[in-house]
Amino acid sequence: MRRALIVLAALIAVGSAAYWWLTRPDPLPADALAGLSGDAGRGERVFLAAGCASCHVGPETEVEGDGPPLLAGGQRFTTGFGTFLAPNISPGPEGVGDWSDAEIVDAMMRGVSPDGAHYYPALPYAAYIHADPADMLDLVAYLRTLPVADTPSQPHEVAFPFNIRRNVGLWKRLYLTPDWVMEEPGTAEIERGRMLVEGLAHCGECHTPRDALGGLERDAWLHGAANPSGDGRIPGIDPTHLDWSRSDIAAYLTTGLTPDYDSAGGEMVAVIDKLGQLPDEDIDAITAYLKALPGGASGE
Amino acid sequence: MRLMMATGLLLAGLGGPLAAQDDNPNVEARQHHMDLYSYNLSILGAMAKGERDYDAELAGAAASRLHALATLDQTGYWPEGTSSEEIDDSRALPALFENMDDYMNLTEELASAAMEMQNVAGDGAEAIGGQMRALGGSCGSCHEKYRQSDD
Repeated sequence: MRRALIVLAALIAVGSAAYWWLTRPDPLPADALAGLSGDAGRGERVFLAAGCASCHVGPETEVEGDGPPLLAGGQRFTTGFGTFLAPNISPGPEGVGDWSDAEIVDAMMRGVSPDGAHYYPALPYAAYIHADPADMLDLVAYLRTLPVADTPSQPHEVAFPFNIRRNVGLWKRLYLTPDWVMEEPGTAEIERGRMLVEGLAHCGECHTPRDALGGLERDAWLHGAANPSGDGRIPGIDPTHLDWSRSDIAAYLTTGLTPDYDSAGGEMVAVIDKLGQLPDEDIDAITAYLKALPGGASGE
Repeated sequence: MRLMMATGLLLAGLGGPLAAQDDNPNVEARQHHMDLYSYNLSILGAMAKGERDYDAELAGAAASRLHALATLDQTGYWPEGTSSEEIDDSRALPALFENMDDYMNLTEELASAAMEMQNVAGDGAEAIGGQMRALGGSCGSCHEKYRQSDD
């Protein structure tokens, strides 16, 4: 009996250690940003491509106004795992003003907080992991030029067991990978499009279906998905689901108008509000990438 | 054909007699109004994309019609009981009926964008393309909040 208890205690100890090891935070290597410095001018383009403001501006200010965005947080995102509330990420004490550049980049690219906790993957770090750290530093430099919001961040509304953040470490073991979906981009333009679609613009987060644990089904990349809010369905945008020409896609991403001259609605309006401000070469890169996916002719 | 019906409906003063029995005449009229926006946007958009030859007169007419559509008096257009919650065919979210002032402001922004399109319609396809962003963005700013998503 006593012996069995010792074995059990040992197993629990080993199991706990394994759990602790498997779920440990995994920030960027210490030298990942060595020799780099951010450029706020270039950072605005990264900020627009990454769509930060679409989620982090306050609920009432999503698209309005031409001024710099106030990243006060507070928008609610309903999912099968609970409701996530976007935090304040403005450059003040309630946001990320006191964080180092490396801490902000770790949050975006590894989903790790300054005190070593896991963020929920509602923050699309599984896409941003593909970003170039130099671009991310530019983004941070731009972020620091934006106005400060005093609104405190609100807690997420997530129930057991999903409220145990440590478990997100296991999720990351399964789904957080720097591997690209498209392994061979073929041309420099398609490669840039891959950086935008798979990385910064995180298109797959909504347009790719998720499995029971909330990981993206990469075999069905951009095939369309249920809307986590329960309202309608998010369309597929790979060539087997979307037969628009490249110029039709480009027009949609800049004007919000479909080839039938219907207009975008819902969440996509805020996305287009940002992507539409990117240079034409980025829009063309996105359309080139989409057409280079399986089922596309990769030309028009 | 659909367009002719839509035009007829507008000319007939947005009335019920042309609408099918089962359908709500207000919902029908609103959707045909949207079709007319779409038709005129398609003329301008095709020129911007280079899918049809630039024609200053035609572009000006399309822009002028968009402005006219955006400034049509909508009194009586949005009666209670015609939201997406109450009528199957309606995609107008209840929020629209609760924020009619905001909706009318957005309609005025659309009218301004259409006016600006009228101003640039004579300046070539590229100028039209530039203004398509503002015009399309104006459509989106309303659909973002007040139109039910596709399913």
